[in-house]
Amino acid sequence: MSETITSADTLQAPGIKVIKPFLRLSGLEPLVVRPETNFINIGERTNVTGSKKFARLIREGLYEEALSVARQQVENGAQVLDVNMDDALLDGEKAMTTFLNLLAAEPDISRIPVMIDSSKFSIIEAGLKCLQGKCIVNSISLKEGEAKFIEQAQICKAFGAAVVVMAFDEYGQADTEEKKVSFCHRSYKILTEKVGFDPQDIIFDPNIFAIATGIEEHNNYAVDFINATRRIKELMPLTSISGGVSNISFSFRGNDLVREAMHSAFLFYAIKAGMNMGIVNAGMLQIYDEIEPELRELCDDAILNRREDATERLIAFAETVKSKGKVIEKDETWRQGTVEERLSHALVNGITDYIEADTEEARQKYPRPLDVIEGPLMAGMNIVGDLFGSGKMFLPQVVKSARVMKKSVAVLTPFIEEEKQKLVELNGGVVKSAGKILLATVKGDVHDIGKNIVGVVLGCNGYDIIDMGVMVPAEKILQTARQEQVDIIGLSGLITPSLDEMVNVAREMKRQHFEVPLIIGGATTSRTHTAVKIAPEYEHGVIHVLDASRSVTVTSSLLNKALKKTFLDDMKIEYQKLNENFRNKKPVKQYLPIAEARQHKAITDWSNYKPVVPKKLGVQVFQHYNLAEIAEFIDWQPFFISWELHGKFPQILTDEIVGQEASRLFEDAKAMLKRIVDEKWLTANGVIGLFPANRSADDTISVLSPRPGAGTVHLECLRQQIKKAPGQPNLSLADFIAPAEAGIQDYMGAFAVTTGGDIEKWLEKFKADHDDYSSIMLKALADRLVEAFAELMHKRVRQEFWGYATDERLDNNALIREEYSGIRPAPGYPACPEHTEKYKLFDMLDATENTGIILTESLAMYPASSVSGWYFANPEAKYFGLGKIEKDQVEDYAARKGWTIEEAEKWLRPVLEYDM
Amino acid sequence: MKSLSQCAAERILIIDGAMGTMIQRYKLEEADYRGERFKDYHLDVKGNNDLLCLTQPHIIEAIHKEYLEAGADIIETNTFSSTTIAMADYDMQSLAYELNVAAARIARKAADEYTAKNPDKPRFVAGAIGPLNKTLSLSPDVNNPGFRSVTFDEVVDAYYEQIKGLHEGGVDILLIETIFDTLNSKAAIFATKKYFRDIARPELPVMISGTITDASGRTLSGQTLEAFYISVMHARPFSVGLNCALGGEQMRPYISELSQIAACNVSCYPNAGLPNAFGEYDETPDHTAHIIEDFAREGFVNIVGGCCGTTPDHIRHIADHVKKLPPRPLPVQVEELA
Repeated sequence: MSETITSADTLQAPGIKVIKPFLRLSGLEPLVVRPETNFINIGERTNVTGSKKFARLIREGLYEEALSVARQQVENGAQVLDVNMDDALLDGEKAMTTFLNLLAAEPDISRIPVMIDSSKFSIIEAGLKCLQGKCIVNSISLKEGEAKFIEQAQICKAFGAAVVVMAFDEYGQADTEEKKVSFCHRSYKILTEKVGFDPQDIIFDPNIFAIATGIEEHNNYAVDFINATRRIKELMPLTSISGGVSNISFSFRGNDLVREAMHSAFLFYAIKAGMNMGIVNAGMLQIYDEIEPELRELCDDAILNRREDATERLIAFAETVKSKGKVIEKDETWRQGTVEERLSHALVNGITDYIEADTEEARQKYPRPLDVIEGPLMAGMNIVGDLFGSGKMFLPQVVKSARVMKKSVAVLTPFIEEEKQKLVELNGGVVKSAGKILLATVKGDVHDIGKNIVGVVLGCNGYDIIDMGVMVPAEKILQTARQEQVDIIGLSGLITPSLDEMVNVAREMKRQHFEVPLIIGGATTSRTHTAVKIAPEYEHGVIHVLDASRSVTVTSSLLNKALKKTFLDDMKIEYQKLNENFRNKKPVKQYLPIAEARQHKAITDWSNYKPVVPKKLGVQVFQHYNLAEIAEFIDWQPFFISWELHGKFPQILTDEIVGQEASRLFEDAKAMLKRIVDEKWLTANGVIGLFPANRSADDTISVLSPRPGAGTVHLECLRQQIKKAPGQPNLSLADFIAPAEAGIQDYMGAFAVTTGGDIEKWLEKFKADHDDYSSIMLKALADRLVEAFAELMHKRVRQEFWGYATDERLDNNALIREEYSGIRPAPGYPACPEHTEKYKLFDMLDATENTGIILTESLAMYPASSVSGWYFANPEAKYFGLGKIEKDQVEDYAARKGWTIEEAEKWLRPVLEYDM
Repeated sequence: MKSLSQCAAERILIIDGAMGTMIQRYKLEEADYRGERFKDYHLDVKGNNDLLCLTQPHIIEAIHKEYLEAGADIIETNTFSSTTIAMADYDMQSLAYELNVAAARIARKAADEYTAKNPDKPRFVAGAIGPLNKTLSLSPDVNNPGFRSVTFDEVVDAYYEQIKGLHEGGVDILLIETIFDTLNSKAAIFATKKYFRDIARPELPVMISGTITDASGRTLSGQTLEAFYISVMHARPFSVGLNCALGGEQMRPYISELSQIAACNVSCYPNAGLPNAFGEYDETPDHTAHIIEDFAREGFVNIVGGCCGTTPDHIRHIADHVKKLPPRPLPVQVEELA
């Protein structure tokens, strides 16, 4: 979208550059408006007067979501973002400032210029003070007289902003062609002659009014606008023309089909006349040529005011489209095709209904069963691969395709085996596949959704996959790799200790003289970690793979003899560079000594603090919790992320690109969820405990354990050490508990919940059915359910068991946004990243006995769908990320835990600021 | 005597090199920084280089003269941090105005001395306006991206006072430099326009110099070079350019781009290469001069000099290497789109 000055502009006379008076705007990137530049779309949804949703988000202070509205505009092709905060219920200046400051932190949005839109100049000024780029002010006019106009224009000029000038004068808005031209010309002369504005920084809005309203005087409004535009451009050629396009169709509110057609037709004529930008819903514009011919003609009639009955006819047409509803019919015409076409259709569309019969038909048609796989099935999968690779198909669809493939192959396998047997008997021959890939989740880690997806995608591409499952020790991985003579080893992991285990596997591979490449993937892995920590340990190729879609290209490069060497050499150079960059990087952040950080506690004054005494102290166990109740608390957004569909829920369901697939996935998820609940597929167990507690040292909380003889348990916390702005605390979880010396008895809590009980038998069933789609779906749903369970228990703790928020009224969205009072941080996550504290938690709650959750040696919880954490009730408590810590705190922590420095560094490795 | 614009039309102008690097050579101690006036001051002031304009004015003057002797046409006042906001680190907000007046006078005196010696080569004083230690587009709190530690109005006030001090102290040019957050520089431009409107005098020429922080080709606040230029065009600057963060070699693609798009003069005063493992700059004067000479041959530049790590020796070599080369011709600004 950004345009830079090209040689054609600069090299007209040799040696001397020519600079043309284009309108130049900027966000993080430039936007240069040239005569040949297409119509500039100004995104309109970040406007509280135009979008009810945006208005609500701003009124409720939900700026995160409000930003996603802006992001959507950019993604839909907006080149300038109109921001309007004119609402009587809002502090407009404050809302404008807050929103624009947050916008500045989103480079994918702030790359485009902003249009500050307000009828209150104080709001415009507030906006101007937040924008580093050259923006547009919308708008100023002669409405309040020449003096005010000049004053406001001068301020805009001092900020370097371009301005939209409305066609107004002291007596009102210009409606006729004549008035539009003369008001604009008068404004132009004042701006250029008295204020010193550059003509190219002036954008006229000659007022777009609604047509086809039934009032005769309105019929010529579009013609007036179009003609005025043409004359303004002739008279003042350097200026731009803009307008609010949706005004034109105002009388057809609620009928988007007609409105979109009117907008497109109007723009078709207005752009020809010289209009070069406009406020539009970028996602809602139709191509003029593609408007239904009858409707197009009716729109043209109304816009060009060329028939007296244009309005009536357009209204009559609008009535007919309004009553039409959409009917979806199951299209079965594909069944008419050849067996090859049917197999291909089934694969591409993920339809299993007829796959067994179709496969059998093909088997009888082809001379050998293998021919069916290598012929029609691979052809279908190639289409799938191409569509996926080019972004036209999404992961859930591919997994469904794979299910079809697997089912089909299952039909063929006995025949292939039979044939193979014959072959072996005949020549003692051996059959070789495209390549064998071993996949494993490393020791201590139980998370495998991502790994399974990679396995499915690679399987679709003709590779033999040996999936060793989860918690696989290095030795077992390497033993299998040797026995099976695999071509590639792939490791996966989600929790941070897995990173060390991957380094360990790499070292072992070197020691055992392996030569096959190693692929690294999983949520906590990164290119940098792979380059800095793993790649140096093993010389035959270590490659980080970001997601399933990348795994195919990496694998095919590695297994192609011609490409392999170059590919590995390139990767090696790239990783060495990353490694060097990482090592040369000077810390840009400043850190405080831990002693100093401890001076900046979150709460310093405890004199007015009165903790609520929990209604029910001690441990409570909940077994076989009602799944239907839990399901109400599901946060769906992460579900889509686990399927590599990125976007906000529920907007993702209507997203232009992935919406259809996301909706289908959501339907499938809801169907399975219903069965999980109705048929009790999963068991939900939980345990909570509420205990007396006080802070006994700067970062230590002493809790009275309910276990007989356990006495006091000391929970060791970590404190942020990064240097903050003055007055900002260096947080530690310990800050949220009253210190013993304050003389106040405080409390805290702990919980562990799981919904993974019984999941294995279902997974095995799906495996037997060759149904990876359902297997991944169930795991993803179990993950959602356990998070929902944690949310539900937390709510009950707040309202019933502890009872510090008895009158809380929050719906599920508010819960997801963490609007409740108090927090539930989990050991191993940002606020308390050190995993071994989980032992204390499990011990206090007797969690393994009470819920069935087991801790692995890396402190992962098994079943994978389990969550544990602490409860803090202090209203000041908030979620935070620890960030990096310095050696002094590590030494202090080691002393508190009774560890050596090395042990402490091992467990704290991901948060160490220094290089070990 | 020739005006700044006349000089710039005739030849490539030389701006001086680093002030901090030269001050370091004096190995000053706390007592030297304090001088007599601040001997009982309640905070340590060592490292407050701008304060030396009050406590060790002869040292600052001597450094200016070294650069003038080396051939600098433009010298920068020692006022990089002389604002109420930056001086707050030393609790010296109240000195901001005085520091600017003093610094401008010292530089004025040194420049006038050299102009008198050779009126054919008039010397100019540029009032240095630094970027501040607080930014308007970036949050200092990673957990709160909407937070700002300072407001636009506060920054305008701080720069306004600095500009007033520099103007009253007698500078010829205002140099808004080392810009890593464009919004801060827009506040400086705003303050400049406001100050000259308030005193009803014509504006001094403004030089604008941004900083591209790394190979991403963007400012610290995320703008591309062209976006940055578009954002400050309204200052109608005498020159626009780049300084600091990069050495000449790394700056080349950006200076080349700027020379294509800038309607005004283009300036370039890079660091003496990139710092070595000890944070020191070890690019030799001859090496720096060769890089700058190449820029001049390509027709990229109108004003050249040095930033961190450069010395009078660097400036002498640069001046020598570009003296026979023509300045970049100013582009023609047409009034038609087509």
